[in-house]
Parts: sequence; structure tokens; C-alpha cells
Amino acid sequence: MGMLIKNGNVVMVEDGKISKMDVLIDKGIIAEISPEINRNDVEVIDIEEKFLIPGLIDMHVHFRDPGYTHKEDIHSGSKAALAGGFTGVLMMPNTDPPPDNATVVYYWKEKSKNIPLNILFSGCITKGRAGKELSKLHELKEAGVVAITDDGNWVANGAVFRHAMEYAAALDLLVITHAEEPTIANRGVINEGYWSTVLGLRGIPKAAENVAIYRDIEIAKITGAKLHVAHLSTAEGVRLVAAAKKLGLKVTAEVTPYHLVLTDEALAGYDTNLKVNPPLREAEEQKALLKGLLEGVIDVIATDHAPHASYEKNVEFNDAPFGMEGLETAFPVLYTELVLTKKITLEKLLLKMTVNPAKILQLPKQGDIKKGNYANLTIIDPKLTLKVSEELLVGKSKNNPFLGKTLTGWPVMTIYQGIVAYQRLLKGVQ
Amino acid sequence: MGLKTKAKIMDEDGIRRAIRRIAHEIVEKNNGVENLGLIGIRRRGVPIARRIAEEIKQFEGVEVPVGILDITLYRDDLSSLSHQPVVHQTEINFPVTGKKLVLVDDVLYTGRTVRAALDALMDLGRPMLVQLAVLIDRGHREIPVRADYVGKNVPTSKKEVIHVHLAEIDGDEAVYIMEKEDE
Amino acid sequence: MKRKHLLGLQELSKEEINTILDIARPMRDIIMRDIKKVPTLRGKTVATLFYEPSTRTRSSFELAAKFLSADTLSINVGSSSVQKGESLIDTIRTLEAMGVEIIAVRHQQSGVPKFISLNTKMSVINAGDGFHEHPTQALLDLFTIKQKLDKIEGLKVAIIGDIYHSRVARSNIWGLIKLGAEVTVCGPPSLIPVEIEKFGVKVEINLQRTLEWADVVNVLRIQRERQDAGYLTTLDEYRDWYGLTQEKLEKLKGKKLLILHPGPMNRGVEIDDYVADGPNAVVNEQVTNGVAVRMAVLYLLAGGNESGNVD
Repeated sequence: MGMLIKNGNVVMVEDGKISKMDVLIDKGIIAEISPEINRNDVEVIDIEEKFLIPGLIDMHVHFRDPGYTHKEDIHSGSKAALAGGFTGVLMMPNTDPPPDNATVVYYWKEKSKNIPLNILFSGCITKGRAGKELSKLHELKEAGVVAITDDGNWVANGAVFRHAMEYAAALDLLVITHAEEPTIANRGVINEGYWSTVLGLRGIPKAAENVAIYRDIEIAKITGAKLHVAHLSTAEGVRLVAAAKKLGLKVTAEVTPYHLVLTDEALAGYDTNLKVNPPLREAEEQKALLKGLLEGVIDVIATDHAPHASYEKNVEFNDAPFGMEGLETAFPVLYTELVLTKKITLEKLLLKMTVNPAKILQLPKQGDIKKGNYANLTIIDPKLTLKVSEELLVGKSKNNPFLGKTLTGWPVMTIYQGIVAYQRLLKGVQ
Repeated sequence: MGLKTKAKIMDEDGIRRAIRRIAHEIVEKNNGVENLGLIGIRRRGVPIARRIAEEIKQFEGVEVPVGILDITLYRDDLSSLSHQPVVHQTEINFPVTGKKLVLVDDVLYTGRTVRAALDALMDLGRPMLVQLAVLIDRGHREIPVRADYVGKNVPTSKKEVIHVHLAEIDGDEAVYIMEKEDE
Repeated sequence: MKRKHLLGLQELSKEEINTILDIARPMRDIIMRDIKKVPTLRGKTVATLFYEPSTRTRSSFELAAKFLSADTLSINVGSSSVQKGESLIDTIRTLEAMGVEIIAVRHQQSGVPKFISLNTKMSVINAGDGFHEHPTQALLDLFTIKQKLDKIEGLKVAIIGDIYHSRVARSNIWGLIKLGAEVTVCGPPSLIPVEIEKFGVKVEINLQRTLEWADVVNVLRIQRERQDAGYLTTLDEYRDWYGLTQEKLEKLKGKKLLILHPGPMNRGVEIDDYVADGPNAVVNEQVTNGVAVRMAVLYLLAGGNESGNVD
């Protein structure tokens, strides 16, 4: 069983090349890439110069399973990921019960085993993500987690975090930090600045994030562990990560699509779909994030896909939970707002969404279109323009900040290990 | 829908003569000016009331007090308008209780304005009696209201509109019949 | 004014603010009459939905509605399903289903009136939301200043106290700036919100200098219940540094200064008895004018044809 994809504009990310190629898939592996392949013993699809890109990898998703399956579950989240062109995701441990021991990891493995998506697991740093006692880190490692994090919470206790990092270094676990010092954040709900003053909402100073990143990097320095800074939102955070990299520390960082394209001004109407942590910041911070991305300080774009039910979001601003869902719109948002506006090239954008996350998560034979790699591929129609609507989104929750926006460059097919795992059906199109 | 002028039915002299006659009738009917007050309904009732007072002063030598009544808050058609009209102040600087009041307006049509004015007046006190003076009565009453003093009776159709122009507001003096143009 | 809701002064134009202030004058005349009632809103229903205790503002809205002949309904948080955990949206839908047309909302959270306005056919009046806006308070302050000093443009107005937690301050700033006043905010450094200068105001932490500069001062209430996390040193230091005391006024050597306070006053903290009851304070006029301004707002928002489609 094989497949031949003809006439694609194939993006070879690491080589930084886009060229018209045919790609042959055999037994779930990329068997051949050349300008002209002709076979009649396999399924042939002609993609008519659409982009063929490596399957996207998102190292920051919340599938809410177990515990909050009214928001999302492993199946619905996987559907959303595949519809967004993703072939790999790293699940965050914000579940109930949380994965502070292997039990939840076994549940995840069992529930996800037949899903055509590379679902990776993270465990908690501390029991119940409460920041006090360490999780069963050896057990989690053996059960197969690739990273540990208390995402949503910063491990405020410095000693606890230091010891977690010591174990992480020994066990070769990536430590992902949600960097926000809680007493500086002081119950803030949006970025502290002009708009928090106008709207009369408690602000989260950028200092809350910067202080936390600084401490985490210092602990990385004394432990040698791999530190990944989740969803950077400040210029100073970019500077701190750059400095850490310069020192040769194993520090990586990610940014979300919405921090790259939205600012806190968007909150003027108190739209709770825009309430997120870390908060949307000012244009100056956004500029620094984009610069950090272009210069390689920021390694990864991750969605922080955080679904919430509409009845949870459709409440008073302070009472609404933080988070935006975004797997399905991540690529078209970035393609429309950054690639079409020439702020970043498609190859460079994809480096942050395929090759780099695959390296950081140590995923062999993934992340790029190369002979011998898994045939995890996504077809992007660069001419397809769609308006984001609740009906368009296949995930369980609709708290997407881009509802109503018209975006270009949508995934139309997602292939996981040679199998068509998702195909976009367009109304009115044959 | 536009309006086009159909006819000029009064000029400056006509208006002056009508107001003068009304002034005389008021004094005659009330046996003098004692206890009398004039209440102009905003907007064009106000200059007419002032002119009546001026005329009375000329032949009686007495200043009859003039008040201004804004009836906006008493209108019965507010919810059918696309947005609320501006409310102005009612300025009646004399007590109305026990007075003989003459309400003054430019055009009497459905009678609804007069109804509103009467309600507004009653909320200010208890006059001895209230009379009504209008420059033009064009008919088509929807409420049992009758004017005591009329400058000119003008038969109209419902498609027509009366425009009274007064120097204080419009810069010229005339009364026109306008006709609504069909689509 | 073609507007369905009154959510704040930030979104109003200068012309809209002036229209409200102009209409508040004849409304005030009605309050001064023996018969304090006009039939304007007969058959309309106005509800006050207060999630925060307030005697003054709620009574003011209710009287304003009654003077205009509207039927009124007062929803008290303590006596309704709100305490049974009903969601705000469901409460709003219930009121709408009961035929309420205008709702005045007070809530401890910023943005709630806006949120309601997006989820209802009723007209929404913000009666104070969190630290965001309190538009009718600012309108009555503007009306009072105009009544006493005949103008707003060119006046120097100081707003004194806890600016950070003050919706009164924010609404006043928007209104005053739009009408051409110069505004200075003065208060303890911990209670000056970030980037307030971008509103077009000056920041001053010395009260005496501020008083020397100002024509009008608006003294804010210190909300003791909100003073967590070390915003204040001590209350007596607050009084010494930011309280409007007789000694500070005496240093002005008879300079004319109009003094406003949105009430309720913490006498002896932000304002001294002697100042509060003195000749320059117009606290009671503010209360009367509050009813007039709210009548004007209710009148303007009640307009529109059946579909309510005026925005």
C-alpha cells in the first residue's frame, strides 16, 4: 500500500527549499522525492501546486482528558489537531486527576492508541501541580512522558523546582516552565498597561514573567537540565532566553500564534475569548517576539490550545477561565498575518512548527520531508480563504480568538504515516 | 419623500393682521387683561404669543406675561420616532394657578399637541381657565379639541403640510401649503 | 443621540455628552416642581440590577424612572436567584422575558454592562462596573460643575484619592477631557494606575500644589475594603497627605475652589467635616443633579422605534 503525491510545492524545511516535486510514500515512510515520479500501482493524488509541508508538531496542547471532557477529550482534540495540519502534539498535564504518577499516562496511552496522530505526554513536576512535593518522576519517565511541567502554575518554591530540575537532568526529561511569579501577577487578568487602566481590570506586569524566567534559567544553570520556556510574551523574556543560549545552556522557548498577531488593545470589548495567560501584550513586546523568532532565540511556535466550554467563557470577565483554543487556526493565522505580509518566510515559519519541536522532543524521523522519514505530511491550499466560524471548527470548544476573521492558507489534507487522517470537505466544492 | 410648495396662503401683512385680530378677540372675550397669561408652545407658538402680548400692550397699555411651554415629555408618539427629540426648558415665570391662560401655537391639526400641552400645564398648577389660540386651523382633528381664536381656517388634505415661517425663527414671514411628493 | 446603551463616557462624543447635560436642565426643573412627574416613559419598565450594595445610585435611578412614569423593578442580589448560583446571562434573559426594557446595572466586575449589552435586547445603563466606568456619576459631576461655574472648557479640575480603584475617576477624566477641561489626578503613588497619563491627564502626588492649581476638586472615596496588598501605609497618613482638610484649604488664602464628592463620604479620612459641610462643597446638589441626569439618560435611551434598532 502506497501513495504518490504529484505536483506539490514541497517545503523541505531544514534545507530551506520549496520546489515542485513528486513524493512517493511506501509503508508509511517517504520512499522517494523527485521532480517526476510515475507509478500506476499506487494511489496517485495530484495536488496541483499546493504546498506539501511536514506534518506540524505542537508541543503545547490541552486535551482536558480526563476530568474536563466537556471542554475537549483526546478524540475531539485529535480531530482538531489533524484538521489544523498537525501530526504530533504534546499533551499538557492539566487534567483531573493530573499525571503525577503513571496511572493517567497509561489511560492516555490506551485511549489514544488507535488515533492517527503522534500524541506525546507530559507529566506533572509536582503532585497535583500544587508546587509542594515532587511527582513520581521515575515512574512517569518509564511510562513514557517526554516532558514534565506544572503548566498553568509556576513552581514558586525554588528548592522544589531545583530538585525537579536535578531529576530531570538525570532522567533526560524536558522541563517546561509556565513562567509567572504569582505575587507580582497578583490576580491580574490582562496585561498591565494602558488597556488595563482603561478597562479597570487588574494587570499582570511583564515583570511577573521576567522574574520567573530569570530564576528558572539560573536553576537550569546550576542543574544542567533542559529548560523550555512556554509561551513567551515579553521582550525582556526574549532577551533572557537569548542570554541563556549564549551561555550555552540547554534553554529553548516557544511563542503562541496569538501573541504574534494580537495585542492587548483587542481586549477593549472585554471579549473573554481573548483572556489568556500570559496575557496579550503591547505592540512593542510583539515586535520583540517576532524578532526573537526570526533570530532563532525563540525555537518553536506552539498553540497552547486551551479549549473551554462556551458557558464557562460567556461570563463576567474575571470569572472566565484563561485560554484560547487554536489548533485549527494556527497555520492559517500565521500564514495570513506573517507569511503573506512578508514578515517571515514559509520555510522559517515551518522550522518553528516542525523541525525544531521534533528536535526538542527528540522525535526521530519526524519534522521534515526527507527520504526515510515518516510520511507525516500536510497539504496546504495557499489560495483557500475561509471565514472562521463556530461551524468551521471541529473541536469541542469554540473559544477561538479569531472567530469572524477571514484567513487564507488552510490545511486541506493531513497524512499520518502514509494514511489520510484528515481531509477538508468544502461546502459547494466538488 | 420630498415636499413641494403648493401655495402661499399668508404673507407678512396677513400674519400681522391675523395676530392683531386674535389679540383683540382675547381681550374682548376675557373682558380685559386682568389675570391673563399667554403660554407659547415651543417652537413657533412662542413668537406668536410674544407678538400677541405686544399687540395687547399697544392698545391696552398693559404687559401680559408670556410663558414658554415645552411639551416634548408629554408627547404620545415618542416610541414611534427613530430617536428622542431634544427636550427644552419650560419657562413660565408666573404662577399658573388661578390664571386665565391662553395657549398659543402656530398650527392646529390633530389636536394631540394641545392635549400634551394641557397635561403639561396641569402639572404646573391649577389655572382658572385655559383657552387656545392658533394662527392656522387645518382640520383633521383626532381628539375633541377646538380653538377659541383662529387666524385662518385652511381646508387641507392629509397629504398636505402647513409650513409657518416666522422672522424670529425662519428669517421670513409667510404661511405655505406644501404637498408630499409621491415616490 | 442614537445609542442604545450607556456603557461609559469613553465611547461618547462631546456632542452626546452635551445633549445629555442640556436635557438634564429641564429634567431638573421637573424635580423642583410640586408635581414631580411627567408621562414620558409610561408603560416602560426600568430595572435596577445591583450586584454591589448602593443606596444612593439605586435610589437615584429608581426616582428618575418614577419621575418619568416608568414602572420600576429593583433586583437585589441578596433576594434573588443570583445568590443561588444562577449565571448572569440567565438572570438577564429572565428580566428580558419579563418585559423589562431598560436595565441599570451595578457590578463589582469591570466590563459586566458591556457583556450584558452583547447578550440582550434591553437597553443597558452602566451604574458602575468594577474600576471601569460610572458614567452617570461623571455626568452629574459635569452638570454640577457647569451649573456652578457656567462652563467646563478651560477649567482646571483635580481628581483626588484612590484613582486605581475608581470608576468615578475614569469616567470623569473621559468626560472632562472631551469637554475641554484640564485634568490632574492626585493620590498616593500606589493608587495611580499605570499609563494614566495617556488619558491626557497630569499626575501629581502633592495635594497642596494640586489645590493651588485647581478650580474644581473631586474628592474620591477611599474604599477601605479594596485596600489589600499594601496600597496604603496607614489611614491617618492618608488623611495627612491626601485628605482635604481645613488646614490645607486655609493655606489657599481664600481662593475659590469648588469641591465635589461622589459620596458616601468617609468623614475624617478623605474629607474633613468642616470642608464637607462648608460653603465650597456641593455634595447635596450633586445628589439632586444625579436624579436629573439619570432622567435625561433614561429619556434618551428609551427612544427608538419598536425594533429598538437605533444603534
